[in-house]
Amino acid sequence: MISMTNVVELAYMASSLLFVLGILKLGKVKTAKQGNLWAAYGMALAIGATMLLLITRGDWSPREGEWTYQSHALALGAMALGSVIGWWMAVKVPMTSMPEFVAFFNGLGGSASMFVGLAEVPRAVERGQTLSSEGADFAVAVILAVLIGAVTLTGSLVAYAKLAGKLNKNRIGPLGSQGFNVVLGLVCIGAGAWGGFFAADPMGLWLSNGLLTLGSLLLGLGLTLPIGGADMPVAIALLNSYSGIAGMTTGFILKNNLLIVSGSLVGASGIILTQIMCKAMNRSLANVLVGGMGEAAGGGGSKDEGYTKVKSTSAEELAAVLDAASSVIFVPGYGLAVAQAQHKVRELAGLLEKKGCQVRYAIHPVAGRMPGHMNILLAEADVPYEQLYELDRINDDFKNTDVVVVLGANDVCNPAATNDPKSPIAGMPVLTVWDARTVVVVKRSLASGYAGIRNELFQMDNSLMFLADAKKALEDTITELKAL
Amino acid sequence: MSLFLGLAAQAAEAASAPVAQESGSIPFLIVGLWVLLLSIFVGFEVIQKVPPTLHTPLMSGSNAISGITIVGSLYCVGNDYPLSAGIFGVIAILCAMINVVGGFVVTDRMLGMFHAKGGKK
Repeated sequence: MISMTNVVELAYMASSLLFVLGILKLGKVKTAKQGNLWAAYGMALAIGATMLLLITRGDWSPREGEWTYQSHALALGAMALGSVIGWWMAVKVPMTSMPEFVAFFNGLGGSASMFVGLAEVPRAVERGQTLSSEGADFAVAVILAVLIGAVTLTGSLVAYAKLAGKLNKNRIGPLGSQGFNVVLGLVCIGAGAWGGFFAADPMGLWLSNGLLTLGSLLLGLGLTLPIGGADMPVAIALLNSYSGIAGMTTGFILKNNLLIVSGSLVGASGIILTQIMCKAMNRSLANVLVGGMGEAAGGGGSKDEGYTKVKSTSAEELAAVLDAASSVIFVPGYGLAVAQAQHKVRELAGLLEKKGCQVRYAIHPVAGRMPGHMNILLAEADVPYEQLYELDRINDDFKNTDVVVVLGANDVCNPAATNDPKSPIAGMPVLTVWDARTVVVVKRSLASGYAGIRNELFQMDNSLMFLADAKKALEDTITELKAL
Repeated sequence: MSLFLGLAAQAAEAASAPVAQESGSIPFLIVGLWVLLLSIFVGFEVIQKVPPTLHTPLMSGSNAISGITIVGSLYCVGNDYPLSAGIFGVIAILCAMINVVGGFVVTDRMLGMFHAKGGKK
């Protein structure tokens, strides 16, 4: 029989399919835009079907007191307001701040799951029974939705603050130490067990679940604070995965397959990205979570690390070197993003191409502050994606290249990773830029990168240091090159 | 991979049938775990081969999909729930909606910047 429930269930199935196909298409440059659109259609279908179900089964009709009218008006208002805010933020945000905004949106997704879990508390209060009276699996799902949702929320906010440069502490009071995290974890388990299985009176239900929420929110802070700035690509990918898992648990609360399917799709994608990022840094996930090595060494510092035979260069010399080159590879790093120099790189590359020079870009998997960050920045500056090369595809080509220009990158092209087995970054895959005829490193100072170790590249025979802000350096070089 | 997709589709169909008819013979937990297991497989299969260029859009796109909790929050303002739960529901709707709209629009903006040499623009 075709009931409304079945129709809606079919609509949910269709939107699950749209999500899967959408993500599939997101995996290829040519179809990515369409894939995103399909996923958005899937979302619209899911929202529309849910509203249809709620309206037709009388869920959204007024009950006594006429209060519900207002709460449903509020619900619709919240949807409209949320759409406007989301759209406005998405349109306004500059491409360089993309990492922190993805983190921010992610946190909101987590908080939604947390609130969906918490909404079961007043329901249990009304029934005057424990949460587990609807089944042990139900109680566990509620606890996990609140726990994971809250951790995602505050964890993402910390990631947001760190990425936006508003926070650079690894501790706030006891928050951030592993010992305190264990305490918080135990509090959450205790409060969760109490609130899910034992508390049946209003007081106990609110108190236990309130404690669970508070503990989980603090746990999110405590878990993310120790993660170093350079490890943020891993942190964001992992938090992305959490928000999916939180959504998945709400599927078990509401007995809804769509939520389970989409939640676990996101969860799986986040975990894979996390794995890719860890591999690119040759570190284990546990190592990243406990806190980066560089942080222990004082986060780099501004000392010059005793480099003795550094050869400095200027815009004039760089322009002359580039003018004579027939192949150039740019290696962008976080410094490029900070200086917002992506358009200048493109301009310089355009000049070189006009002279018949081959221009390519070498992208290290963890360059920047989120997975694929550099690709986005360079795409914004209209760099064709065929010119962007991954580590595996370009490393053999450095030896046939005239000039490599390193722009605000450091650890990703440190020879210590390949030739010093005692180095903290030993074994990390790096761009072998030193194989090129000439390497010009554009950097603000000789300070070490996030790994907090010196870079022998700076004093190799074939490397020149251009100590300046990436944007300023490129601007000057362009002027000089035009004057030649 | 198409094998996994086929399997998942079959399982989803089979899984949703008992729920919709409320036959009650298979508890939802079991059905849900089946769906979960197969979706994780699909997720791994679909995402494994994404090139690094697309990592950021993939992340922000999947981030928008995680806003699917909007569906859950809509149920929370229904008559099944007491009015006080509706307050949580309304906040959840607001947050999830920002996540969904913001996520999809930002992803679209990013992808709009990718273009091949000699393409448009």
